[in-house]
Amino acid sequence: MTGIANLSRRQLLKSLGLGSGLVLGMHVGVRGLPFAEAAEMAAGQFQPNVFLSIDETGLVTIVASRAEMGTGIKTDLPLVLAEELEADWNRVKIVQAQGDPKYGDQNTDGSRSTWQFFGPMRMAGATARQMLETAASQIWQVPVNECRAQNGFVVHASSGRKLAFGALAALAATMPAPTVVRLKDRADWRYIGKPHPIVDLDDIVHGRAIYGIDVVVPGMKYASIERCPVYGGEVKSFDGKAALTVAGVERVVEIPATPMPSGFKPLGGVAVIANNTWSAQQGRQRLKIEWDYGPNAGYDSTAYRAELEATARQPGKVVRNEGNFDGALAGAAKLVSADYFVPTLAHAQMEVPNAVAHWVANSCEIWAPTRNPAQVRQTVAQVVGVNEADITINMTLLGGGFGRKSKPDYVAEAALLSRMAGVPIKVTWTREDDIEHDYYHAVCAQHLEAVLDHDGHATAWLHRTVFPAIEATFQPDVVYGSGGELGQGVVDMPYDIPNVRCENGAAANHVRIGWYRSVYNIPHAFAVCSFADELAAAAGKDPIEFLRELLGAPRALDLKALGILVDYPNYGVGQLAPKIAGDYPIDTGRLRGVVDLVAANSNWGEKLPPRQGRGIAVHRSFLSYVAVVAHVAVGNDGEVTIPRLDMAIDCGLVVNPDRVRAQLEGAAIMAIGNTLYSNITFKEGRAEQSNYTDYLVARTDITPQTHVYFVENDHPPGGVGEPGVPPTGPAICNAIYAATGKRIRALPVDPQLLKA
Amino acid sequence: MPQIKINSVQHNIDADPQMPLLWAIRDLVGLTGTKFGCGVGACGACTVHLDGQAVRSCLTTLADARGHEIVTIEGLGAGGLRPVQRAWQANNVPQCGYCQPGQIMQAAALLKQTPKPTDQQIVDAMSGNICRCGTYQRIRQAIKSAAEGV
Repeated sequence: MTGIANLSRRQLLKSLGLGSGLVLGMHVGVRGLPFAEAAEMAAGQFQPNVFLSIDETGLVTIVASRAEMGTGIKTDLPLVLAEELEADWNRVKIVQAQGDPKYGDQNTDGSRSTWQFFGPMRMAGATARQMLETAASQIWQVPVNECRAQNGFVVHASSGRKLAFGALAALAATMPAPTVVRLKDRADWRYIGKPHPIVDLDDIVHGRAIYGIDVVVPGMKYASIERCPVYGGEVKSFDGKAALTVAGVERVVEIPATPMPSGFKPLGGVAVIANNTWSAQQGRQRLKIEWDYGPNAGYDSTAYRAELEATARQPGKVVRNEGNFDGALAGAAKLVSADYFVPTLAHAQMEVPNAVAHWVANSCEIWAPTRNPAQVRQTVAQVVGVNEADITINMTLLGGGFGRKSKPDYVAEAALLSRMAGVPIKVTWTREDDIEHDYYHAVCAQHLEAVLDHDGHATAWLHRTVFPAIEATFQPDVVYGSGGELGQGVVDMPYDIPNVRCENGAAANHVRIGWYRSVYNIPHAFAVCSFADELAAAAGKDPIEFLRELLGAPRALDLKALGILVDYPNYGVGQLAPKIAGDYPIDTGRLRGVVDLVAANSNWGEKLPPRQGRGIAVHRSFLSYVAVVAHVAVGNDGEVTIPRLDMAIDCGLVVNPDRVRAQLEGAAIMAIGNTLYSNITFKEGRAEQSNYTDYLVARTDITPQTHVYFVENDHPPGGVGEPGVPPTGPAICNAIYAATGKRIRALPVDPQLLKA
Repeated sequence: MPQIKINSVQHNIDADPQMPLLWAIRDLVGLTGTKFGCGVGACGACTVHLDGQAVRSCLTTLADARGHEIVTIEGLGAGGLRPVQRAWQANNVPQCGYCQPGQIMQAAALLKQTPKPTDQQIVDAMSGNICRCGTYQRIRQAIKSAAEGV
C-alpha cells in the first residue's frame, strides 16, 4: 500500500469542504515520513491526514491542518504542496482543517511545522502532479514522460498541446495513486524560497479575519469568570444575587476547582452568564465570594528568588559531566563566576483566552483559538465526562499564541458552562484574567563558573540552573527539570571546553507555569551568552574573536561524548521523525557561520560615541542557529535605546523568506520586552501585575532598525518561530556592557544601575 | 436609547449608556473587526474613529458616542481600500493580524491629520498600540509608504 490514496469516490470528502474531481488523501503520520513507512501499512489501516482536491474548473483546494497564530504556516505548507503540484498559486484555495484525529498531529508547537511537514507536503503535491500527467498521457496517447505539469496545465512540448488541470481531474480521479513519486529538482522551484504574502492578508486589513473571540453562534450567551487570585485556591462560598441585578445578566454558576497540579483543566471559580460580554463583566464585579486561598497563599516571589539563588550556589543534581571540572578548577589561572536571574513572565498575547462551546444532546461543538485541538478534545472529554468522539472542534485563527493557546483550560470552561446552561456559551477572559492566571514562563536563577588558562582560553565550565519545571503544572512533587528543559541551552552548551559540568537544583512550584516562546532557552541563553561575553572581557579579547575560539573547529558534536546524563530530545526530532534525526546535529560550524555573517554586516568594531556599544550573542534552538548583534545607546538617566539589531539565521532551507524575516523581527521585539520591561511578581500568592499598564511589553518607541541575514545552504529546514528570541536579550545586555562597563545579570534591566 | 451612526448606518442600540462602545459594536451590532485587547485604553486594539479622530472604543461609552459618526475597520475601506490599508498589504505587515485593525485605524487618523508625518510623529502616534507579534518596524514602513503615496 502506498501512503497516498485516491479518495475521489469517498463520501467523507464532502465533510471536508473539498470539491469533486481528483481528491487525494495521504498519511504523513507523526513521524513525518510517508513513504518509508507506507510499505508497512496494511490495507484498511490507511488514515489520510493531508487532503487536496482538484475540481473540474482547475481550482486546487488544500486543507491546512496546522494552527495559524501568525507564523504564516497556513500559507507556507500549502505553498510547498503547490510547488510540487505545479499548481498556479492564484488558483489555490486553502481551507482550515477542523481539529480532528484524521489529520494526525495538529499540535502546532515547538517551531516544528516546517521541518515535520516539508517532506510530506512535497510528496502529496508530487503524487497529484504525476496522476494529472498520467491522465494527459492517456488522453493524448503519448508516453507519460513526455507530459509535464506547468503552472496549472499539463503540457506536451513536442506537439504543443496542453490541458488544464481541471480538464484532467476527472480522469485522474479514476487512477490509483502512484507508488513511485518523482520530486521536482530544486532548480525548478518557483514558489519555495521566494516571498509570498499570507493568505489571510486581505481579510486582516479589512477587519474580516475571524479569531476565536469573533465567533458568533445563534442563541449564544456570554460568560465572564471570577477565579481565585491564588493558584490552588477555591470557592468557599459565594453570593450572586447582586450580580443578577445587572441588566443583561441571566445566571451565576460555580465552576468547581481542579486540585493542584491542575494541568490543562480549568482553575474553577464563579461564572456570570449574560446576553453580552460587558454585562457579564459588570455582573462579575458584584459577586461576593469567600475564597479558601489554599497552600500558595503565602507565596512571595522576592523570598522565592532568594531561595532559588541560594540553591544555585549549592551543588545540584549533575546533568552533564564531561572531563573534570574540579580538577581544572584546582589549577586555575583565573576563575570567573557570575549569577543570573530571569523573572516570571506572562504571554500577554493580544487575543485573550476565549472559546465558544455548544452542547446538543451529548455532542459538543467547539470554536476556539487553539494550537492543540487533540488536547482540547481530551481535556473537554475528561472535564465534562463525555466521549472524545462526540466533540467537534473548529480551529479559528489565533490572535497570537506564544505558548498560551497550547493549554485548553479556557475551552473546557466554555464546554462546562454550555453543558450547565444548555445554550451556546462564549467565555472571554479579561486582560486582568489573562495576566493574573497565566501559565507563566518559569522564573530561573543560575550560577556559572569558568576557568581561564594563562592564554585566556576557557578550560572548564560549570553551569547550575534552578527553575520550577513545567511538569510541575501536571504532576505533583516535581522539582527537577526535564531533559527537554535542560536541553534548551544547558546540557547542549556547544563550546569547545574540555571540562564541563552542568547541574540542576531543586525548585518547588507555586504558580501555573507553561511554555512561552522559546521556553527555557530564554534564561539559559541569557546566562550562557552573557557569561561568554564576561569571559571575553576577563581574557581581554574581542567578544566575537573569543566566541569563535569557544566554538572551535566546525564539527557536529558527538552527543555521546558530552557526558549528558539526562535525555536529550533535540527538540523532538528523534521522537517525531527518527529517520531524519541524524540531519539535525549540534553543528558548531553553523554557529560559527551565523556569527561570521552577522559580524560582517553589523559594523562590528567600528567606533561608537560614548555610552553606545555593540554586543553579540549566538544560540542554537529548535534546530536552527541565530546570531544577533545589538547596538544600544544608554542615556545619562540609564534609559536604554536600541538603534539597530542585526540578526543572522541559519534555518537550513527557507520556504518563505518574508515570513522568516517577519518571525525574526517579531522575536526581537518580544525579546526586547522580556529583557527591558516584562516582570511578573507575586505577593500573598497573587500576581502583582494585571494589565499592559503594569505588565510592560515592547512598544513601537523601542523598535530598532532590524536587519535579517540568511545563511544559504542545503540543510533541511529547521525551526523559525522561536530561535530569534534567545540570543537577542543577551546581545542587548552585552551591548549595554560595551556602552557602560556595567553587567546586567538580572532581568528586566534596571535603568537605575545604568545612570551616568 | 442611544442612536449611533456606525459606518454611515444609524443604529438604535438598546443598552446601558455606560456600556463601552467596543462591546456594543462587537456584541450588539455584530461588527467583530474592532478587537478587545485590554479594556483600559492601554493597547489600542479597539481603536475606531469618532468624527475622524482615533479613540479607544473600550473607554468610549455609548453615551459619549451618541450623535457622533463612528467608523470601524469594516467601514474604513468600504469604498475601496485606503492607501494605508494598501500599504499594510504591500509591506506584509500582519503576523497574527489581531491588533492590525486598531493599528490601521490609528495610522489612518494620523495620516489624515498629518499627511507627511516625521519618524517621531509616527512613534508618538503609534506608541499606544501594542503588537505582541512585533510588527512595529513594518507598521512604520507602511505608514511612511502610505504618506509618500508609494
